Amino acid sequence: MAVLNLAGVSKDFGATKAVDDVDLEVPEGQLACFLGPSGCGKTTLLRMIAGLEEPSAGTIRFGEKDVTQQPAHRRGIGMVFQSLALFPHLDVGENIAYGLRIRGTPKQERDNRARELLGLVQMPGVERRHIPQLSGGQRQRVAIARALALDPQVFLLDEPLSALDAKLREEMQVELRMLQQRVGITSILVTHDQREAMTMADMVVVMKDGQVQQVGTPLEIYRRPANVFVAEFIGSSNLLKGEIVAGDRVQVHGHTLRVESMPHGFASGAEITVSVRPEEVGLCSGEETRENGLQGTITFIRDVGQNVEYRIDCSGLEITSNVPPRDKPDVQLGDRVTVELPADACVVLA
Amino acid sequence: MTTARRSWAPIGLLSYPTLMLGVFFLIPFGIMFATSFFERDPIAFYRPAFVFDQYARLATSLFIDHLLFSLYLAVFVSVISIGLAFPFTYLLTRMRLRTQTLWLVFVLSVLSLSEVIVGFSWSMLLSRTAGLSNVLVWLGILEEAVAWAPSFGAVVVGYLYLTLPYTVLILYPPLSRIDPELTEAARTLGASPLRAFFNVVIPSTRTPIIASMILVFVFTLGVFLIPNLLGRPRHWTLSVLITDQAVYQSNPPFAAALAVFLLATSAALILITLWLSRRKRVATT
Repeated sequence: MAVLNLAGVSKDFGATKAVDDVDLEVPEGQLACFLGPSGCGKTTLLRMIAGLEEPSAGTIRFGEKDVTQQPAHRRGIGMVFQSLALFPHLDVGENIAYGLRIRGTPKQERDNRARELLGLVQMPGVERRHIPQLSGGQRQRVAIARALALDPQVFLLDEPLSALDAKLREEMQVELRMLQQRVGITSILVTHDQREAMTMADMVVVMKDGQVQQVGTPLEIYRRPANVFVAEFIGSSNLLKGEIVAGDRVQVHGHTLRVESMPHGFASGAEITVSVRPEEVGLCSGEETRENGLQGTITFIRDVGQNVEYRIDCSGLEITSNVPPRDKPDVQLGDRVTVELPADACVVLA
Repeated sequence: MTTARRSWAPIGLLSYPTLMLGVFFLIPFGIMFATSFFERDPIAFYRPAFVFDQYARLATSLFIDHLLFSLYLAVFVSVISIGLAFPFTYLLTRMRLRTQTLWLVFVLSVLSLSEVIVGFSWSMLLSRTAGLSNVLVWLGILEEAVAWAPSFGAVVVGYLYLTLPYTVLILYPPLSRIDPELTEAARTLGASPLRAFFNVVIPSTRTPIIASMILVFVFTLGVFLIPNLLGRPRHWTLSVLITDQAVYQSNPPFAAALAVFLLATSAALILITLWLSRRKRVATT
């Protein structure tokens, strides 16, 4: 187990830059999530860490050791593949012990290790089963056990849960996270599912077009997105185009809003986007005057159970507000209301 | 009775291939099988009878030797054929799709050449006067031109030329379906690329490997021009002798007996192979 360090890592496929100059450090024992839409380079970056793809530039270090030139089979990683890639001609025990067999570990020891790992993934006693006899969730666990069999320095997971149905996936996310914390192994999970990233990660690495957009804890990424892309990709957000008036004031669609924190390097008149999460948007019936309050008409209501979503047309500006059911204001479709965009919830983005 | 009516549909569908198989395989085979018990008549070719004379003649060492040689050659060629075609096809499936298509078209076009053309071309290429050895002399590798045909090697080369396209075409679909993540998984677990190939790719394509070996084996047993053109008489397979008996010696009953014998022997070998491979699979399952 080690710190994983990437410095200036790039990968070109012909003229396209799949991964563009990535610097990253994953502290020992932490789980980092590479999150982004398909084609953002997250899988290519993971494959370079695994040694399955050679970087066009940059260095990859496990701890103090530069592994950039090391082939996959000498790198000491454990990887769970998207297709799981369990060997169809071997049984569960043989799959898990495959790496040990390559190393020439005696059979007795291999069997013991396979049993131990099946215990770890909570699937004892299935060593002699065959892969086709297992359910999706069981195969998942076998693939995880196999990847951990050699006590790898880094544990890599390439969208491993994508084949599972939604409910099982949620269960496995929690279980896998608990397992990772128990083993305490430096891990990287590639996913395009932001919920999965938020559930499992110590740190989230948001990527787009081969470049890292933001690195931070799940909450940081959610509360303080670094740019419009991150704000849109992680959860949903009200994105209001406007410009800076002065100091802590911004002008959005004819309304002046106060913002709690203004990023450095913006002059008055600079064009910006204000991001406000729907659940931060306050809503009350009637037209009231308050700080950062906007008046408008309700155009759409839907109750999805965990919250009620309102869409409000504030003289041409559409704002979405999510309210928990018990705080639901007494308003109907077409009512005039006041929405409040709290100053500390307004994030100013370039 | 809907169930009764429905059960007729598959029978109707199956009747066509059954009919074709009956007309074009079983009836000729039946005639041949019957002929093998006939007596030879030097004037009218044969006379209907029920004697075992022809089968008794098989027991001579000459025919046993040729049978053993035929089987040996067929096994040898099918093993070499797989040995060459498997890595080739595997590498082919890793290439760009356009490259794959071009290669497959090329491989298929080889199939359009008849056995006669292939046989004559190779006898030319391996001859002393006009063959490839002259090129080696010109390059300074050989002292003087040599004749590589007729020889056992020339026979094997001729057979391989005919069997390789079939082997590639049988292996191509299963090999292109192999999940590339399987070998990658083996590599992340410490296997070198070569080891991953032997540990993962070959075991997961056992069935197509056996299937193509059987096909090449059967195909090789039936070829009769190649040993004639590229081999010496001692390289003649049973197929050559069957042709010889039927066409030149005017002895259809004996040719029929030889054919039945060859068919029975090869069918037995194939059944043993299938039985062994199934038993192996059951043992590992």
